[in-house]
Amino acid sequence: MSPVTQVPAERPPVALAPTQPITLHINGQDHFLTIAPWTTLLDALREYLALTGTKQGCDHGQCGACTVLVDGKRINSCLSLAVMQEGADIQTIEGLGTEENLHPLQQAFIDHDAFQCGYCTPGQICSAQGLINEGKAKTEDEVRELMSGNICRCGAYSNILTAIMEVLGNKEDGAEVSNAPMPKQEWSAGAARAEMGPVEPAK
Amino acid sequence: MNSFTFTQAPAVDAAVQESVAHDGAAYIGGGTNLIDLMKENVARPTHLIGLKKLGLDAIETLPDGGLRLGALATNADTAWHPEVEKRYPLLSQAILAGASPQLRNMATDGGNLMQRTRCYYFYDLATPCNKREPGSGCSAIGGYNRIHAILGTSEQCIATHPSDMCVALAALEATVRVSGPHGERTIPFEDFHRLPGTTPHLDNTLMPGELITGLDLPAQGFEKHFSYLKLRDRTSYAFALVSVAAALELDGNTITAARLALGGVAHKPWRDQAAEALLVGQPATVDTFRRAAAKVVEGAQGYGSNDFKIELARRAIVRALKQAAEMNQELDSNAFLNSNP
Ligand SMILES: Cc1cc2nc3c(=O)[nH]c(=O)nc-3n(C[C@H](O)[C@H](O)[C@H](O)COP(=O)(O)OP(=O)(O)OC[C@H]3O[C@@H](n4cnc5c(N)ncnc54)[C@H](O)[C@@H]3O)c2cc1C
Ligand code: SF4
Ligand code: FES
Ligand code: FES
Repeated sequence: MSPVTQVPAERPPVALAPTQPITLHINGQDHFLTIAPWTTLLDALREYLALTGTKQGCDHGQCGACTVLVDGKRINSCLSLAVMQEGADIQTIEGLGTEENLHPLQQAFIDHDAFQCGYCTPGQICSAQGLINEGKAKTEDEVRELMSGNICRCGAYSNILTAIMEVLGNKEDGAEVSNAPMPKQEWSAGAARAEMGPVEPAK
Repeated sequence: MNSFTFTQAPAVDAAVQESVAHDGAAYIGGGTNLIDLMKENVARPTHLIGLKKLGLDAIETLPDGGLRLGALATNADTAWHPEVEKRYPLLSQAILAGASPQLRNMATDGGNLMQRTRCYYFYDLATPCNKREPGSGCSAIGGYNRIHAILGTSEQCIATHPSDMCVALAALEATVRVSGPHGERTIPFEDFHRLPGTTPHLDNTLMPGELITGLDLPAQGFEKHFSYLKLRDRTSYAFALVSVAAALELDGNTITAARLALGGVAHKPWRDQAAEALLVGQPATVDTFRRAAAKVVEGAQGYGSNDFKIELARRAIVRALKQAAEMNQELDSNAFLNSNP
């Protein structure tokens, strides 16, 4: 063996963490798993439960492809451990609609061509459902800001926005969106657009 | 990721005991920073202690009129809590300027304080870094340091603390509540994070085994005149290059109380009380704001790629103070315009 591949004699063998039994409640069903604690929720879904609708992009919380809903709130499943989600109500894209009976967001994404390759789409749709549950975004600018956790490599942003605005609009006719209006003070990014001009000439 | 075990702690005492009993144990809140660092092998805990069952996620009004944020309250629930929105909108705004909706739903208030620097060398095991490996050197000094600190640096580390929330907490004079092997204590926010000095591996003054249980906000919320101005490479979902939390109380056009803290410029949220003192008692004019801004950047030092931050910080301070002063004010806007040079 070359010195590079040889394991030094004094190094102890790597001890594997014991697996532990957990129950995950996903899309209305209990799933029993025996897994190592390092398994992320994303890997548990994809590798152990064949729920491959949830996608892995960056694996570091930066792209949103892995977005799922936990107790109605959108999270990045790549930065959560499966063992941390016992007892939670997890919803993935597989639980949002069926092929025969599409979720309104799924239908709107199709109607408005809100994707090209489709890789980011499950994450976009779960995130949009989370946004609707939050009830904070009403205007296009607010939806853009509150969808910024989902990156689309194909740049389908404008159609994604149109699709979400349509579903939001339909909601407003119904009863579900009833939250307080956004505060007048710009809360998202600091500088108001009108103030972007140079105010401070260098001395 | 390295091998580790996981327990969900049932209570605060049990969590602290678990931590003392296991060498290499770490608490885990939302996991958004810790799991990321574990994937990079920068953090290698042998045992994780889950905190979700501790019942520390409440946000409650205090008898003195202040507000207590449970350490396990999520950043999103905090930013959108009716009392925070109404009485501490600066905090709300700072939280919402950070990360993404998904991350804010996971991130806890305690974990936010404890998040580690985004210095690229800290993340890269192939490069020397005194924070990750004491004594190995600092790759950012003389390297790429566009995102690095300009205030309070040392020859051993020029990393910044990346939090937005903490900049608002510094300005609002929060208190950190802690439980540890030797009982409970409180830490003024100013004393929680530290400067790198010769021990840059220490981000803060928390002792081994200590658990953050909550944050107390004093009654004064500066809800009438505030601004959180965050400047970054894109206007959403990016860390601050420079951010400013400005809060004022005004009597007519006279400043009666002022708070000023910066993010993205130092190893800790950078509050400057000397600059605040230059504001109090003065008219709310651009000239006044400029004097305070000059004071803040007085001792600033660039390291090459981040030289621009000094001027950026100076201008951002003036703009944030101006935004704060102009809020809710029937303004004689000429007072501002006339004082421009
Ligand atoms: C892609 C991305 C972008 C981001 N952008 C921003 C941004 O723009 N602005 C910003 O401010 N932040 C940003 N963040 C950082 C985010 O805010 C932090 O990761 C988050 O606040 C950490 O909280 P957590 O509960 O997930 O901490 P964890 O990851 O669970 O823990 C972090 C550390 O805190 C310790 N800890 C946790 N809870 C406690 C406690 N109660 N007592 C003692 N120790 C504890 C853990 O042991 C660990 O060392 C971003 C993160 C990502 C991944
Ligand atoms: S700035 Fe600090 S964290 Fe970055 S390389 Fe230097 S020592 Fe490490
Ligand atoms: S895969 Fe989780 S955010 Fe990119
Ligand atoms: S449709 Fe291809 S990444 Fe969004």
